[in-house]
Amino acid sequence: MKLLPTAIDWRAPRTIVAIVVIATFALLPVLVGDEGGFYVKFATRVLIYALAAIGLNFILGFGGMVSFGHAMYVMLGAYCVAIPAQHEITSGWAHIAIALAMTTVIAAGAGAVALRTTGIAFIMITLAFAQMLFFGAVSLKEYGGDDGLTLATRSNFALFDISSNAGLYYFAFVCVLVALYLSWRAVLSPFGLILRGSKANTRRALALGHPVFRYQLVAYVLSALACAVAGVLLANLTQFASPAYGAWTLSGELIVIVILGGLGTVFGPLVGAVLLLALEEVLPTLVEATLPDYKSNWMLLLGLFIFFIALALKRGVFGSLRGGKQ
Amino acid sequence: MTAQLALSQLLNGLQLGVLLFLLAAGLTLVFGIMSFVNLAHGSLYMLGAYFGAATFAKTDSFTLAILAATVGAGLVGLLLDRFALTKLYTRDHLDQVLATFGLILFFNELIRMIWGPGSIFMQVPDALSQTVDIFGFTYPSYRFAIIGAGLAVALGLYLLIQKTRVGMLIRAGATHPHMVASLGVNIKWLNTLVFALGAALAGLAGVMSGPIMSVQPGMGEPVLILTLVVIIIGGLGSIRGAFYAALIVGVVDTLGRAFMPTIMRGIFERNTADAAGPALASMLIYLFMALVLALKPQGLFPATAGATR
Amino acid sequence: MTALVTENLVKRFGGVQATDNVSLTVEDGQLHAIIGPNGAGKSTLIGQIAGEIAPDSGHVALLGKDVTTLSVFARANLGLARTYQITQLAKEFTALDNVLMATNARASHNFSFWKNAHDDSDAVSHSLAALAKVGLLDAKNRTVAELAHGEQRQLEIAMALATGPKVLLLDEPLAGMSQGESAAMIALLKSLKGRYPILLVEHDMDAVFSLADRISVLVYGRIIASGTPEEIRNNVEVRAAYLGEEATA
Repeated sequence: MKLLPTAIDWRAPRTIVAIVVIATFALLPVLVGDEGGFYVKFATRVLIYALAAIGLNFILGFGGMVSFGHAMYVMLGAYCVAIPAQHEITSGWAHIAIALAMTTVIAAGAGAVALRTTGIAFIMITLAFAQMLFFGAVSLKEYGGDDGLTLATRSNFALFDISSNAGLYYFAFVCVLVALYLSWRAVLSPFGLILRGSKANTRRALALGHPVFRYQLVAYVLSALACAVAGVLLANLTQFASPAYGAWTLSGELIVIVILGGLGTVFGPLVGAVLLLALEEVLPTLVEATLPDYKSNWMLLLGLFIFFIALALKRGVFGSLRGGKQ
Repeated sequence: MTAQLALSQLLNGLQLGVLLFLLAAGLTLVFGIMSFVNLAHGSLYMLGAYFGAATFAKTDSFTLAILAATVGAGLVGLLLDRFALTKLYTRDHLDQVLATFGLILFFNELIRMIWGPGSIFMQVPDALSQTVDIFGFTYPSYRFAIIGAGLAVALGLYLLIQKTRVGMLIRAGATHPHMVASLGVNIKWLNTLVFALGAALAGLAGVMSGPIMSVQPGMGEPVLILTLVVIIIGGLGSIRGAFYAALIVGVVDTLGRAFMPTIMRGIFERNTADAAGPALASMLIYLFMALVLALKPQGLFPATAGATR
Repeated sequence: MTALVTENLVKRFGGVQATDNVSLTVEDGQLHAIIGPNGAGKSTLIGQIAGEIAPDSGHVALLGKDVTTLSVFARANLGLARTYQITQLAKEFTALDNVLMATNARASHNFSFWKNAHDDSDAVSHSLAALAKVGLLDAKNRTVAELAHGEQRQLEIAMALATGPKVLLLDEPLAGMSQGESAAMIALLKSLKGRYPILLVEHDMDAVFSLADRISVLVYGRIIASGTPEEIRNNVEVRAAYLGEEATA
């Protein structure tokens, strides 16, 4: 069996950027040297967002399904840590197993309804389902309701010790690597070919005999699973789970990350997550330095930034780089 | 007692329904004609509420407040259409969603800059601050006024769309946009008109809900999402569908929140009911939407056979 | 066995009778052509056979099985392959990837996530063979956007062939082609004739009369005549309603 799904052009800009980014992440805790400090936590957050965006990109970039509700699976994953933890189930593998099982059931149901529509209706329905789960979480009074739930300790992953920030960081890093690798393989596989073909021409895919709905539903569930794992990690990072993780603004941010990185590129979501989260750190500082009175209003610029990305950035940052022979 | 409660909740639902219709009408028309999804529609609602509240505070005239909200939001809509969004009409829905998502963040922050992060208070106008008695049951006259105004606007829209030349173009534009363009009608002008009209209606909804809901940054989003549910249930691009769906959603949501916990208590034991009741109530309209879609993917009153395929 | 049968198909759009009680058969190995003026309801008929349009009444049978209520992909899985009047291709894909997508439809589903689709040597050689059959082997690595119109039409046929079809439904394969392209396509159709039962919808009269075993004439949704090319050529009603129009136009 070949380790890599396809031959790689080692001199293509995309390859070089991908390697540099991965190497930087691999060495980051050593480089910044602030074990457990601000930068490691920030980078963990970037990885978690990237993981969720890799999931979203699988259906958005390769399947053409614009889900505006993927934050709900992040929230679901987070609650699948916090609620069992409240009942003294602390095993991280159990948390992940619960998250994957719950997400499979919910995503299969929500996806089956949403995929009955296409285009704009699909966008709105995914958004509405996310709101539904959001309000569901808000009304869970036993589990903190609006205020959310605090985690006493992080999940216990027997082999991986994530109680330290660096431990959690590397755990998230491994998750992202695995997700990148799996989505890379899946995109090039027969499944991925049919998924991409259905995006390019649904009518043709059907006429060839492909049950497009089934492929899309499977892709939708898979992408939700990645988001759920991101939610498990997010709960561990913040030691907190709340309905806010399922807010529609987070769904929007995930889309921004995917577009910013490069829609339909396997590696784009990681680049997009780095860029957006860095921007969200830099903008407030920048505004504070220039217009201290409006320090708290930096989101105004973020909004404009997103608006112009949508208008001008067709292929995303990573997507604009030249790839290999493909 | 219970009958009175039920009646007043029904009226509350109706009142929410007509507000949702004011929002849904613009959104669904814009979608029908331009195939454009405008998430910032909720921001126009918010702007309307702020314009109205500020004018009311300054002038003490609710009429002026309504005028300011409607015209103000309409103008903002006009400017958006002309200068910001034109390029997006021909883009795919993903770009539209992303761009208008950016606009929401922008408008929320703009409002926060101007009026501060807290909610601002808007009083019920004196003339409507009483209650009305019918059949020995009292209901705030302001809420009656909202229902009345909403129904009047719905009637006006109906007349505009069914009986005038502009309305005919709007109808034709919703079903056969290319044909209208090829008839030599200036479709851009029609787009702008519809967009501004939709914005003005959103502004009107904003100012009318000002005294009964809190006027604060971000107030548009929950309403926007309800509105999206409405236009999906009603059938994208269908104004008639939007009307019925808005009333259904308004009533179902309000009654669900009011009575679901009690109903649940009748079925399950108290603990389960208390936990699940509110959750189920807040999810009710989404479940309803899922049900409608499972049976009729095009919504209850599809505008065209192929529009949402 | 009869490859394809439609039985009293009826479809109305509003007041327009797009398909009016259409019954036709395609026998095994037969090339049955449908001709008719613009607006005769040919596309609507094809749509009902392929499953994209549900008839108001009537039946469609494929290889002896009633498929009237089956979805598009289910009919395709039973062996119905089609081409479109307006090419329907995955535009950013290469010619090979388009055909590979078709080849992967031979099994009714393919939930294989691991192996690169290009590493499946069986599927790739099958796809290349289909490309070779239509003369597009040299173009395998060009994207659809880089193909000429005629080549795109040939690619459509290659995709239909790659699915391992039992019946072919060809919707105006000659539409919009240059003379040279047409000649190549007619040669291709000749090579397919006899090997597959084919329902051919076509405007090009010369092509139809030289290719078809049987011709049905569709006017205003109704079949006004059906027979051998010779019979159709001599049919008075057809000449009046259709061929006459062509001649005077």
